[in-house]
Amino acid sequence: MKTKNIVRILLSLVLVFGFSSAWAKTIKWSMQGDSLTLDPHAQNEGPTTQVSRQVYEALVQRGLDMKIGPALATKWRTTDPNNWIFDLRKDAKFSDGTGMTSADVVFSILRAKQRTSDFKEYISTISDVTAIGDYSVKITTSKPNPILLNQLSNIFIMSKAWSEKNFAMAPQNWDAGQETFSATNALGTGPFKITLREPNTKTVFKRNKHWWGEMKDNKVTQIQLLPIKNAATRVAALLSGEIDIVTDAPVQDLKRIGSSSGHKVESTAQMRTIFLGMDQAADKLRTGNTGDNPFKKKEVRQALYQAIDIEAIKKKVMRGLSEPAGIITFPGVNGYTADLDKRLPYDVDAAKKLLADAGYPNGFDVELRCPNDRYVNDEAICTAVVGMLGKIGVNVNLFAQTKSKHFKELKDDQGDFYMLGWGVPTLDSHYVFHYLYETGASWNKVNFSNADVDAAIRVMEGEVDLDKRNAAIAKAWKIVKDDISYLPLHHQVISWASKSNVNVPIRPNNEPLFRTASFN
Amino acid sequence: MDNRTLSSWERIKDSDVYHSFIKSPTAIVSSTILFIIFFCSFFVELITPYNPFDPSSLSLMDAFTPPSWTEDGLAKFILGTDGQGRDMLSTILYGCRISLIVGFSAIIFSLVLGVGLGLTAGFFGGKYEMIVMRLTDVQLTVPSILMALLVDGIARGLISREMHDEMAIYVLIFAIGISEWPQFARVSRAATLVEKNKDYVSASTIIGVSNIIIMFKHILPNILRPVLVIGTIGLALAILAESTLSFLGVGVPPTTPSLGTLIRLGNDFLFSGEWWITFFPAIFLVILAFSINLLGDWMRDTLNPKLKK
Amino acid sequence: MLVVAFVSFSLFNFVGDPINNMVGEETSDEERAELRETLGLMDPIHVQFSRFIVNASKGEFGISYQLRRPVSELIVERLPATIELVVISALIALVTGTLLGVYTGINRKGFLSDFVLAISLLGVSLPTFVIGILFIYLFAVILGILPSFGRGEVVDLGFWTTGFLTVSGLKAIILPSVTLSLFQMTYIIRLVRAEMMEILQTDYIKFARARGISENSIKYKHALKNGLIPVITIAGINIGTLIAFSIITETVFQWPGMGFLFIQAVQFVDIPIMSAYLVFIAFVFVMINFIVDILYYFIDPRIRVKGDVASG
Repeated sequence: MKTKNIVRILLSLVLVFGFSSAWAKTIKWSMQGDSLTLDPHAQNEGPTTQVSRQVYEALVQRGLDMKIGPALATKWRTTDPNNWIFDLRKDAKFSDGTGMTSADVVFSILRAKQRTSDFKEYISTISDVTAIGDYSVKITTSKPNPILLNQLSNIFIMSKAWSEKNFAMAPQNWDAGQETFSATNALGTGPFKITLREPNTKTVFKRNKHWWGEMKDNKVTQIQLLPIKNAATRVAALLSGEIDIVTDAPVQDLKRIGSSSGHKVESTAQMRTIFLGMDQAADKLRTGNTGDNPFKKKEVRQALYQAIDIEAIKKKVMRGLSEPAGIITFPGVNGYTADLDKRLPYDVDAAKKLLADAGYPNGFDVELRCPNDRYVNDEAICTAVVGMLGKIGVNVNLFAQTKSKHFKELKDDQGDFYMLGWGVPTLDSHYVFHYLYETGASWNKVNFSNADVDAAIRVMEGEVDLDKRNAAIAKAWKIVKDDISYLPLHHQVISWASKSNVNVPIRPNNEPLFRTASFN
Repeated sequence: MDNRTLSSWERIKDSDVYHSFIKSPTAIVSSTILFIIFFCSFFVELITPYNPFDPSSLSLMDAFTPPSWTEDGLAKFILGTDGQGRDMLSTILYGCRISLIVGFSAIIFSLVLGVGLGLTAGFFGGKYEMIVMRLTDVQLTVPSILMALLVDGIARGLISREMHDEMAIYVLIFAIGISEWPQFARVSRAATLVEKNKDYVSASTIIGVSNIIIMFKHILPNILRPVLVIGTIGLALAILAESTLSFLGVGVPPTTPSLGTLIRLGNDFLFSGEWWITFFPAIFLVILAFSINLLGDWMRDTLNPKLKK
Repeated sequence: MLVVAFVSFSLFNFVGDPINNMVGEETSDEERAELRETLGLMDPIHVQFSRFIVNASKGEFGISYQLRRPVSELIVERLPATIELVVISALIALVTGTLLGVYTGINRKGFLSDFVLAISLLGVSLPTFVIGILFIYLFAVILGILPSFGRGEVVDLGFWTTGFLTVSGLKAIILPSVTLSLFQMTYIIRLVRAEMMEILQTDYIKFARARGISENSIKYKHALKNGLIPVITIAGINIGTLIAFSIITETVFQWPGMGFLFIQAVQFVDIPIMSAYLVFIAFVFVMINFIVDILYYFIDPRIRVKGDVASG
């Protein structure tokens, strides 16, 4: 009996050591936060999509060059400006071995349009989806949509049968704290499947052997996501070899990581702009002391703008790794021009004068809400802003908290003054206007409303003549820039740090594609 | 009763405590360090030219200046600056003041509570005594840090967030204080039991002196020494508890950082070469706690040889 | 135990409106009332309380606000990590603490004794998190020999996940467990030392000396046996304290245990996790007190004579 036990233990030891060292090539991946939910339609948020992207696929996808290419759809064509036909891949299978058909695509796109979906506005122009046979779908839009492919690249396809079986027909109602099977489990057609999910601790991705595509390096058999919130711990873990890649390496530690012989650092301009929003609709600031809302006055907004020394933030807080921004969009996005991206000058005296002219010679009190685990040095940027605004007499009280609370409370209209970052996955200015500037839009928490801008957005959505469309974009940018409805700060530069022998190509949208990873 | 003719200074000079004090280098060194720290923290406005919490006096361009003796150091920032351009020395002293205020208040709170309960329990006895002593037993088994976290957690739920930042320091004092009182209660009860049966107390009772006067006039002075010893060691524990809670991010808000908050904030720069941002607050905290502990140890040996943990 | 259960019940019910915590802003009043009804929040307090007790005894504490998963599931997932950390730390603290305590108690004046005592006083003055940071910096970053976070590779045994069966798991536990044990160790050193010193001065030791029993036999046989009695009590309280202090260690080392879960819950005001943790801790304390009382009864004859086991 006793020897039997000993043999059993020895055997398990051998197995464990054998597996962990000889065959498995695991990439251990870390960043400060975790995916909020595995439900691919419940949250349109960076890290959430980064995780879903390894497991789920969309009809089309962006390659390493960020260009749209085929994925679950092999070919597509428009029969008329409002109707698209997508031919589906016949060899695509979900990780449980069942084949993917047009029924799954129809189901998934309609699912992403439901009330609890965070993508419903994203694809609001899609009016109908129908299956044409097993491997073809027709998508109808309410008006001609020049950026439909860009939008579809982020609508992940789920299995209809699996969703029905597990009562996940509707997206998880994230805002209401709903718990669903799809929030903690995933079944996609992508290169990996999730075999273990411990939120905020560990997520294990194993190869999906039914995947239709080819891995760049077949040695990559497993990915582990191990979020480490504390920046110093994250760097320590990378340097001591417990972590293979960090996709949000702290800017202050890049020099040290780069100087380590076993590690390398890559940086690239990210498709994300960081900015501050000021609620201009409330009659009285929730956290103010003046009994009114100073943000209603453009002079006040401009005063805050000119009081922010963005170069100092770049040099000291971002250690040179940021590009000061004049608008909330970045090079590479349709509609961006270097001219628009110029900032108003930093000028404390001018700011003080503007503030006095607006009737606040002694400044005012307000609370600034910030996430502390979302953007590069988010809390430190906010602290710096608090100091700079203090110099013109605006007494800012900083409230930094974890991203899930920050975003939820922002959506619940609890913020007077807040930090937000905006990426443009569709690489078209429409995405920015549609979410941040359109009257009543879901992330328009400054409550900006301008009939001309709204009209321009309609043109962006339906105009197929590119010149006319671009003119509308330019006009809208001019209006919102002159209005200073947001305070743009900078375009984020992201840095990935990894072991020298682990190659995961860096991408400007900060999304790793582990199918393209390799070892040397 | 001869003492009455002597001045109080001479009385102190004549006491055994004083003699033992001047003979103990540990006691002299630690109390000198403590005196300097206390003085600097409470008169920090007079000592440093900077107020790290006045945003208008800060310049972000000063951020990450290393200590003055290093290559890139500036003479005006002796211990360097942090990531927001705040002078480290001033920030530490301001932070130390917060730590000391919280520590002292918490200890006084638990002293009053503990001595009050212990005295009355020992004096009145009966069911009341039983309940109090049962409570002390239960409280003693619950580690202070857990108690403090719990109180803080409940407070967060009860008080709105805006209020919480303002109330944080009081919550913290209460949270730490509530976990330290049983020590005081035990000692004062034990001493009360001893004193209560002495003849002079019985005599006072007979001649009609009120209970309150007996407790305060006759019994209280007799328990001052052990209480002082426990209080000193408790102060070190309270300061450490405060810094731990602040380090965990549930203590004082970062806008009024204590030593623990400073260490937490500086921790992010540990690997990037800006070691001074976390090193100085940490070393300062250790010196502070170590000095208090040394003094407490000495006091235990001198004032009350029998008292044991 | 019942008291704690009531406290955590009140915590769950009165700290913030549970409905507000669960639904978003756009939920209508009718929907709220309906949810209140289905959750049984309209029932009288005593009905709710007994339901809470029944659920708690089944290990059900509702759903975490933050992670949106059943609390019982989270606890089961995190429990092994904490238990393994605490057990290892307790062993380190007890063994090393007792050995050093006995040594310094017997050799009162030696250089080594003074050194150990000075270090132990420093140990009391060094907050756990500072030690943790120091260790990470030294062993993980500068020397690069030990991991700085997490549990390493764990083996899932079905009901339990253990880090003891893999090299990385064993390496991962070294720093956190040593960090966690230091503070306790200093206490044990001081306690055992004081106890030894006291016993060496008691009459029966003097008597034994007078009888000519060898010095070593006196020290290690007679004195040590009696000196260890308080260590048992301490070992009990020790476990409780270690569980509490593991909150700090787990935070510093990102150890995926219950303390780490709890501290995140406090920051998030995640009431279900907090109340579950409270009940769990209370349960542990009651159990420890109970076991210590029983052990005491067997080891110390004096208590047996009184024939009364104090209840925990």
